[in-house]
Amino acid sequence: MSPPKPNPPESPPARKAPIGLDAFFEGPIGDFQLAANFHVPASGVTALFGPSGCGKTTVLRCLAGLERVAGGSLRFDRQVWQYGPHFVPPHKRPIGYVFQEASLFPHLSVRENLLFGAKRAAKATKKADQNGTNAVAFDELVDLLGIAAMLGRPPDKLSGGERQRVAIGRALLSQPELLLMDEPLSALDRFNKDEILPYLERLHARLSIPVVYVSHDLAEVERLADHMILMEQGRVRAAGPVATLLSDLSLPFAATRDAATVLDARILGFDAVYGLTELEVPGGVLSVPGNLGGVGQVRRVQIGASDVSLTRTREPASTITNILPVSIADMRAVDFGQLNVVLELAGGAQRVLARVTRKSWDRLNFQPGEQVYAQIKSLAMVGGVYEAADVSPEASTA
Amino acid sequence: MAEAVFLTLKLAGVTTLILLVVATPLAWWLARSKAKWKEFVGAVVTLPLVLPPTVLGFYLLLALSPDGPIGAPVQRLFGTTLPFTFTGLVIGSVIYSLPFMVQPVRNAFEALGERPLEVAATLRASPWDTFVSVALPLARPGFLSGTVLTFAHTVGEFGVILMLGGNIPGETKVLSVAIYDHVESLEYAEAHILSGGMVVGAFALIWLMTVSQKRWEARIR
Repeated sequence: MSPPKPNPPESPPARKAPIGLDAFFEGPIGDFQLAANFHVPASGVTALFGPSGCGKTTVLRCLAGLERVAGGSLRFDRQVWQYGPHFVPPHKRPIGYVFQEASLFPHLSVRENLLFGAKRAAKATKKADQNGTNAVAFDELVDLLGIAAMLGRPPDKLSGGERQRVAIGRALLSQPELLLMDEPLSALDRFNKDEILPYLERLHARLSIPVVYVSHDLAEVERLADHMILMEQGRVRAAGPVATLLSDLSLPFAATRDAATVLDARILGFDAVYGLTELEVPGGVLSVPGNLGGVGQVRRVQIGASDVSLTRTREPASTITNILPVSIADMRAVDFGQLNVVLELAGGAQRVLARVTRKSWDRLNFQPGEQVYAQIKSLAMVGGVYEAADVSPEASTA
Repeated sequence: MAEAVFLTLKLAGVTTLILLVVATPLAWWLARSKAKWKEFVGAVVTLPLVLPPTVLGFYLLLALSPDGPIGAPVQRLFGTTLPFTFTGLVIGSVIYSLPFMVQPVRNAFEALGERPLEVAATLRASPWDTFVSVALPLARPGFLSGTVLTFAHTVGEFGVILMLGGNIPGETKVLSVAIYDHVESLEYAEAHILSGGMVVGAFALIWLMTVSQKRWEARIR
């Protein structure tokens, strides 16, 4: 007689916190030399950014297992996907992949396309109640992506933007733990791009899984991404939060003609008399034309470096109403006549860039470390408004 | 006369079914493999397309004969001889019509490209699942023309059969051989019925294939 087995604990062990992804891709792929080591945080959108031909799509394909760097290694959360001879093939990785072209299966309807991965993921996890839970996710996602009306149609009857939305839905319905997107907007024209961006922003606000987003369009990155990995010729040049990289004077972003930084700000309220939304940022309040959403929601605002000017005193008699106390953190020449100045907001966590002429800098004799005021033209902040990742679903539907 | 028609359709049907099974993996390998010597195999598969049927039939006859490399083990295992039997004709037809099935199916697999297969892999489909639920349905036009061409080509087979099968009614006497016999004995009326029937049948088959291929292409474009 064996002693009775102890009862298993009633509650499952607490889920360990996700740790994101770590990749070490060093070696040749075809005639391309890759040397990309990087970390992807466990939540938020990470942009793989760089000029065409820098290897960002190759890196994404390596993450999916569609390509293999000999001697590379890759870990996602607590699963090892590649190490030495160990290599998990793509169909065994819990990923969703959105290709540049929608690549819907032409022999299946939109609904069958959407369910292609969902069915197989359900089979893989063998959850008894998968049907019920999937049904909810399906209806919700179809609503979110605005594709409910086209479920019965063949893919060739859809517009480019509609097709790409179906492709995104198809990837998400395969219940991925990591979403990989390869320039999902680049094959679309301007009109379709504008149509699909709001859906991506809504997804960004809802998704709890990490997203790796390949792009060569900085405007897209500023609008959608939280983190950025800057690639150059197969190597990682810099990595970190988007706002940090944008205001880093040693990187190429700050030196471009339309250099800009982003701030994530919380909505304080709407001034109905003047039609301005008030946003809270460290050290002050910014007002932006238009009603941008409900109180408490987070919006990203984009501030062009040339829309920011510096003063020593708060000037009450000016048409510029957005004035923040800042300290000068860094300065570097852009060209002979112009300088980039990095300004730290109160608390030191957020930064904005200001583009000033060398003449004014010398005339006013600013010094690094000095406390000054940044004047921001309010109009500069209308673009690049989005729903940040920490918005609750209830709030974002307001 | 009906006997010859039935035998011909049976031979063509069996040959087509066997080739669907044999040629599909071969075509897939020829379309997808990166092996350097695959074009060598491709050339061997295409050979029956250019060889005179009599040459093919001659070597097949030697190979299938009771002391040939195929005929000898078959006789030892099953106690049967292959030349001048229906089974022998099926083996000959499978080899003779091989390129007519392999080529269109291989072209269809090659036209797929990598993308749909990669998409399926990222949607959790195993390689076998991908083959069955993506590659096969998308290669349907190739299978359709392969089937029609193989069937029609086997129906019209003459030289190989004459070398390999001879002229045994109900066993190896197919349509083309029957027509030849009728003409030899100056029975032009019978030859007309069979030949005219083949013209009409072949036309109907090709026409049906083209129409359904166009419809499929319109659907998946």
